[in-house]
Amino acid sequence: MGKTKKKGNFRKNLPILLIALPGIIYLIINNYVPMLGLFIAFKDFNFMKGLFKSDWCGFDNFKFLFATKDAWIMTRNTILYNLAFIVIGTVFAIFIAIMLCELGKRLRVKLFQSALLLPNLLSWVVIGFVAYAFLNADTGFINKSILENMGKSPVAWYSTPSAWPFILIIVFLWKNAGYQSIVFMSSIAGIDSSLYEAAALDGATKMQQIFKITLPLLKPTIITLTLMSIGRMFYSDFGLFYQVPQNSGALFTVTQTIDTYVYRGLMELNNIGMSAAAGFYQSVVGFILVLIANTIVRRVDADNALF
Amino acid sequence: MTESKTFNRTATVILTLLVIITLLPILLILVSSFTDETSLLQNGYSFLPKAWSLDAYYYIVKQGVVIVRAYGISFFTTIVGTVFSVLLTTTLAYPMARKSFRYRNVLSFFVFFTMLFNGGIVPSYIMWTRFFHIKNTIWALLIPNYLVSAFNVILVKNYYANNIPDALVEASQIDGASELTIFKKVMFPLAKPVVATISLFTGLCYWNDWTNGLYYVDKAKFYSIQLLLLKIMNNIQALKTNSSAAMLGTGAVELPGTSVRMAMAFIGILPILIIYPFVQKYLVEGVVIGAVKG
Repeated sequence: MGKTKKKGNFRKNLPILLIALPGIIYLIINNYVPMLGLFIAFKDFNFMKGLFKSDWCGFDNFKFLFATKDAWIMTRNTILYNLAFIVIGTVFAIFIAIMLCELGKRLRVKLFQSALLLPNLLSWVVIGFVAYAFLNADTGFINKSILENMGKSPVAWYSTPSAWPFILIIVFLWKNAGYQSIVFMSSIAGIDSSLYEAAALDGATKMQQIFKITLPLLKPTIITLTLMSIGRMFYSDFGLFYQVPQNSGALFTVTQTIDTYVYRGLMELNNIGMSAAAGFYQSVVGFILVLIANTIVRRVDADNALF
Repeated sequence: MTESKTFNRTATVILTLLVIITLLPILLILVSSFTDETSLLQNGYSFLPKAWSLDAYYYIVKQGVVIVRAYGISFFTTIVGTVFSVLLTTTLAYPMARKSFRYRNVLSFFVFFTMLFNGGIVPSYIMWTRFFHIKNTIWALLIPNYLVSAFNVILVKNYYANNIPDALVEASQIDGASELTIFKKVMFPLAKPVVATISLFTGLCYWNDWTNGLYYVDKAKFYSIQLLLLKIMNNIQALKTNSSAAMLGTGAVELPGTSVRMAMAFIGILPILIIYPFVQKYLVEGVVIGAVKG
């Protein structure tokens, strides 16, 4: 009885399942098979022998990886840049959002917003070109038009590591601040305007309104977005760290992240074992971080939890 | 918020400055593409070049077979990729929103899990190159990574769940329509607004993509405009070697100068600049609905 019912159910659901089938097949191939493929990290991968015939090597790849300085450098860079982006990026985005909301529905608000969002639509390759126009040693705008006119000697930016934390943060803000401010704008737009009217009647200044009304009411959004970023803390934007520094070896100590390391191991150094181990490390720690972040979001603000 | 004149003025000034800072780098690309090459090499990149010139664009029009081809590849992958992505995304999202579909929770989890965990590039690379052999084929630019994004699927699913009543499905079923017909004739057309949003995101993603090319393509025949720009940056020789007479049947092309590179970067962003005013609204809406609740 139960069996036939199940069967009937399956038959009834089959047409709908078939509609979803192409998408399911794609996700299995594109996403799930590579998850299973993570076992490569435990193999001594050999192109001649192929994936399945290569020898198992236990944790050797990991031992080698964590014996190098690279493991520490890429982990440190990935985490520190993410922290800087979360803190500075959020402050900047809120700053822009408050000013834009304050101006209401004027035409210029739309123009400002469009202009600030524009860099987000450009590819990292093009942004790499933009950065190069500013930073290259011989003809770059900074050396030629600024430093030279100030009577200062030119700087070889692509081999000066100390400048790069700043450069990368500036490029990040340039590309993302406008985009991130959109979310905060929609939160601010949702705040009950009578709160501001009442505060104004009581003589509160604009600044007081911002600090006593807007920011406290933005808190849930800020917390949720921050936690979600923390969940992504083991991942970096490959384009930012690969295209903007032009793959310059002199900068690796400050530009190497887990993503660029995995790429270089796989495509440039042909060191599949280390690359796979670093990728495994990223996948697993990244997964744990997402789970932790989501658990906290669920406690703070259940509506915005991912699951 | 209540109005305050001083605050509004200050905000306008600060925002104007920020907008200028935001747009200047893009302007520098544009100005450099119209700068005379010698002037560029002597005086560097500048907003006010000593000598203007259209040479870079003449060069592209006359000799830019490689560039025109790369442009064509970019348009092709963007259009084809977006169309297939929309089909796969909506067909995957619709069942997830159907309350009478028995496996919808399993399916939702199956889609959602791809946002939490992934195998990374090494296993993907080995799978695509060794089992599917997509290296140096047009598939390499279309298939890996971008056809279905869980984020877009959930966007469409939420749209169906919130905006389309079950009664509509029941009514169509009573009329004797098959599930596929219901989807094709009723459900897909109803999703137009959200399809506009995901098409926009996906189209941008394909147009701007260079990572698939970086991993899977090293033949100039399949260079997209982004990939061509990247190869030029990596190795200014790229255009010279790759546009050899044998390959495309034209005369040898000389090394592109700085202004030509800048002109190429500019035509790489031109389609985006052209459609931007028309799509800005959908883009902002998409970011808002997608941002917090993924």
